Amino acid sequence: MSDSKKHTHEEVRLMKGNEAIAHAAIRCGCDGYFGYPITPQSEIMETLMDEEPWNSTGMVVLQAESETSSINMVYGAASCGKKSMTSSSSPGVSLMQEGISYIAAGELPCLIVNVMRGGPGLGTIQPSQADYFQAVKGGGHGDYKLITLAPASVQEMADHTVLAFDLAFKYRTPAMILADGIIGQMMEKVILPPFQPRLTEEEIRTRMPWATLGKPASRKPNVITTLSLDAQEMEDTNIRLQAKYREIEKNEVLFEEVECEDADYLIIAFGTCARVSQKAVDMARAEGIKVGLIRPITLFPFPTDIISKYADKVKSMLTIEMSAGQMVEDVRLAVNGRVPVEFYGRMGGMNPSPDGVYNALMTKLVNK
Amino acid sequence: MTTNEIINPANLVYAKTKVMNDTPMHYCPGCSHGVVHKIIGEIIDDMGVQENTIGIAPVGCAVFAYKYLDIDWQQAAHGRAPALATAVKRLLPDRLVFTYQGDGDLAAIGTAETIHACNRGENIAIIFINNGIYGMTGGQMAPTTLHGMKSSTSPNGRTVPLNGHPLDITKLLAMLDGTCYVTRQAVHNVAGVRKTKKAIRKAFENSMLGKGTSIVEVVSTCSSGWKLTPEASNDWMVENMFPAYPLGDLKDL
Repeated sequence: MSDSKKHTHEEVRLMKGNEAIAHAAIRCGCDGYFGYPITPQSEIMETLMDEEPWNSTGMVVLQAESETSSINMVYGAASCGKKSMTSSSSPGVSLMQEGISYIAAGELPCLIVNVMRGGPGLGTIQPSQADYFQAVKGGGHGDYKLITLAPASVQEMADHTVLAFDLAFKYRTPAMILADGIIGQMMEKVILPPFQPRLTEEEIRTRMPWATLGKPASRKPNVITTLSLDAQEMEDTNIRLQAKYREIEKNEVLFEEVECEDADYLIIAFGTCARVSQKAVDMARAEGIKVGLIRPITLFPFPTDIISKYADKVKSMLTIEMSAGQMVEDVRLAVNGRVPVEFYGRMGGMNPSPDGVYNALMTKLVNK
Repeated sequence: MTTNEIINPANLVYAKTKVMNDTPMHYCPGCSHGVVHKIIGEIIDDMGVQENTIGIAPVGCAVFAYKYLDIDWQQAAHGRAPALATAVKRLLPDRLVFTYQGDGDLAAIGTAETIHACNRGENIAIIFINNGIYGMTGGQMAPTTLHGMKSSTSPNGRTVPLNGHPLDITKLLAMLDGTCYVTRQAVHNVAGVRKTKKAIRKAFENSMLGKGTSIVEVVSTCSSGWKLTPEASNDWMVENMFPAYPLGDLKDL
């Protein structure tokens, strides 16, 4: 296939989750990627560099000197109304937190991909979900939120790239894809999204009148700044941000329900843990134990209402995570003490097995 | 001359550039920032690029540069202006993109961004205000603070065992293959203002010609931080700063 045709139509491919993000970014009209290598997500930038989208769509791809610099390149690009993104893994995303806070405060749309690895510290290169708190509770300084998507397949790595940009621009706020190293590294069949052209400068000026593209005589200067020396002005900014987050909570919750209708017990898990838990649900159902699975697809906004609804129906719940137990706190807030909420997880790069989840289900819930 | 004669347009000998607005500046009397702002406004006006310019403001006293010059601005996190400028210029190659940074911003917290933007030869202009002190936060030691110079965090004067040496980052940047024009100027007198204006104009033109990164260091006064009158600040700068940071072109390709 010639290069000119490569990005122009829907096609089924076999590839890694990381590669799917790169292809989806090119196809959805991303203007700029700025990144720094770190395992287990380096294939994102490697794929982009190999695809050379600057020759097809005009997308800019640049390897920065650090994650600090990449996120600030994204800040500059997003300030121009451009569809821009970066990607990294846990330690690198920690380094980006200052920039993410600025981007949230500046009300700028962008995509940040975190393909999580085990921590704390330099940690491991194996998969983890231990950056849940960092992603959904803010991460950097000040009160802000990231729209956080949790893909559980290579297909969702591609789909969420498109969705994350759409949501980021809809709400003028940064969005994060919070994947784990397994989803980034594993290969699956994927239908790549259809090609959308990058926005023209005229389209950006119309749709993003705040963008700093150069000041025509017809308008006042556009200034992207996050500084207010007046505390009342800063509180007003915070009130506006919080109103936006409430709106996102109202409109954008996504989750998947698996065999929940008749369930006596409920497992809540995202990403890789949801796929492992699905197998454990099958094992338990084969034993006649009625177990359901809720897979949050958006971690912020969290599917609080659906979990709250099931708190009146099931006997107990179990969250499965590759962490010491982070999402479990949000599940407990949703349940608000009505039924026991137990936790089973592995840490530091280890992932739960179906047997491990099944055993936890039996010992912590069914036979308790 | 009467007042009416003075304000008669026919007698006009000087006009403020339209790129600079009427917002009263927050800068202290005797500070170099205001003069450099005016120079930048005049150059943008002269080059006819007001609609085509994006400035990147730093953290530090010049954080509010965006209040005074009527162009589109982005205000960067401390030290990150060259990263923002890199992305803006790469996405909008026909725009004039410049950063305006102080010594703490450019030569301490932003050292990596500065060096790598220059080393990649980004087609941006960097205006570097070096007054050897952190002005905005109240006069702390900067990377460019001179040997023996007092600041609120070197109250007995900068010493090598405690604080190391003043960093001549401009000399370092001149060594990088990505820079095309590296110069050091000052705005302490009329000749200096004229030379600085010429230098910044050249830096802006270079970036539009795609020649690489241009850096104009302006050795500057900080009368409040130095605890001197405006006039004494100028004299102190000439006597103490110029020997450490000599004026002139370090590189001009």
